[in-house]
Amino acid sequence: MLRRLWTGSPLTSRREGNSSMTAHYQERFARALLSPSLALPEGIACNSGVAPVKRFGIYRNNVTTGLAQALAIRFPITEKIVGEEFFAAMARAFVKENLPRSPVLLDYGSDFDRFVAAFEPARSLPYLSDIVRLENAQIRAYHAADAPPLDKRAFADLKSDDLDKLRLELHPSAAVVRSHFPIVTIWSMNSGESRLGPIEEWRPEQALVVRPHLSVTTRLLPPGGAVFLESVAGGKTLGASAQEAWHSDETFDLAACLAAALAAGVFASFTRGRP
Amino acid sequence: MRISELPPRAGVGFKPQHFRDIDATPQPVGFFEVHAENYMGAGGMPHAHLARLRQRYALSIHGVGLSIGSAHPLDRAHLSRLRALCDRYEPQSFSEHLAWSSHGVFFNDLLPLPYTKDTLQRVTDHVDEVQNSLARQMLLENPATYLLFEESTIPETDFLHEVARRTGCGLLLDVNNVFVASTNHDVDPYDYLARFPLHHVREIHLSGHAATTDEAGAPLLIDTHDSPVLDRVWTLYAAVIRKIGRVPTLIEWDDKLPDWAVLRKEAQDAQAIMDRLPAHVAA
Repeated sequence: MLRRLWTGSPLTSRREGNSSMTAHYQERFARALLSPSLALPEGIACNSGVAPVKRFGIYRNNVTTGLAQALAIRFPITEKIVGEEFFAAMARAFVKENLPRSPVLLDYGSDFDRFVAAFEPARSLPYLSDIVRLENAQIRAYHAADAPPLDKRAFADLKSDDLDKLRLELHPSAAVVRSHFPIVTIWSMNSGESRLGPIEEWRPEQALVVRPHLSVTTRLLPPGGAVFLESVAGGKTLGASAQEAWHSDETFDLAACLAAALAAGVFASFTRGRP
Repeated sequence: MRISELPPRAGVGFKPQHFRDIDATPQPVGFFEVHAENYMGAGGMPHAHLARLRQRYALSIHGVGLSIGSAHPLDRAHLSRLRALCDRYEPQSFSEHLAWSSHGVFFNDLLPLPYTKDTLQRVTDHVDEVQNSLARQMLLENPATYLLFEESTIPETDFLHEVARRTGCGLLLDVNNVFVASTNHDVDPYDYLARFPLHHVREIHLSGHAATTDEAGAPLLIDTHDSPVLDRVWTLYAAVIRKIGRVPTLIEWDDKLPDWAVLRKEAQDAQAIMDRLPAHVAA
């Protein structure tokens, strides 16, 4: 009889169902999808005459597994570090507590680092959540707005006094990721950009992520580089930003840092202004 | 209102992994289809790829997140994003699913709805809203379902027919979904097709599925999009084509992606079925 509910007799000759039930099908279905018990929503059926536990389970599984897979695609190096199985379990635990709010999944997992930092089974890898933050910066850069990067010779005609008062706008894709751990080294060993091996100097590293054209690049920032770029991004002049960088690290080399930043395509535009 | 107008040839769902191969030489495909939600970032590689494809091929934009079968109002912000995407790429077709996926949170799956007078009215209103907002005809796709609702009173085929009649939308006939859902509900897929309003079909989807059984030992097919189109689905497809002539036909493969050559071959197989039609049915 149920079979006829799917392909049965024509529209006009059928009896209309209980409309109050209809109004709530979605609520019942959604609640059962989210419930940790395997209870079925009321009002579902199948033609084989059993309670459709396995059938409903396909939907349950699609939701969790699909979103966990989306995270695996978004965080490939994090997955590589902990292994597929560990990552899948961690991702499923995250998904259960953090379903997306939007049908656009490009940002899904932007807060995954906080979950990973508090995820008990991952405690032996204290740098893991910083790798997650680095991969988040990379995916944001991947989808960021397009803009031509400032040319390498953009400042060639400026006098040093003008240079001091410059305000620079960072490229829309640019981000600085700070860490207490050697995240750039760990990331590049696992992404195949450098050879996998023991890390001799276990020191803090700051990463610069930027996508001046189509490819996302990840670089190790020199001492003071993170402070400098964050200060520039905050709207301070080049001179003031360099001062801040020197205060944070006396080995900061403005000329080298500026040249490297220009070569990386970090800046989108500049204006001359007062300090 | 812009009418859905893909070329009546075989097309392929575009995946970025295949871009280099696709771009290297002209491909024997009539169109590419993309999931709308993957192109809602601001810039970068996804848009560079899509812009390049759009220069050379017809484009179908296929939404997977609008939740047209939802009891709640459509997400206006999402509708705006879809409008912006359609304005940017001017696709030949826009399609979505007879399903829901959001309920406060986004479930990232195409969830089923009961077919009643109430849900028919709501889906009709939602399709009207989409078409008015995009200023174009949309296509509505029949779902792959695993279970039924006791409160349903309208056969799925009548439901789709009625939505198309009331709104002027076209239908996207997913032949794999017909096979999957018919098997899951113990119905002959040819009976389902005999009831389907084929004159509203503007596009066909073909893909692979997986087979298991439920607790009673009844066959349970799962719409996986991770394998070749199965022979029995090809046969069903050929029967549809004999009835209605050439239709834009998409090979959908979303998971465990093969090389581009495999997808191209699947598309050529679909094209060959259309090309074998006698001239008087072909148009």
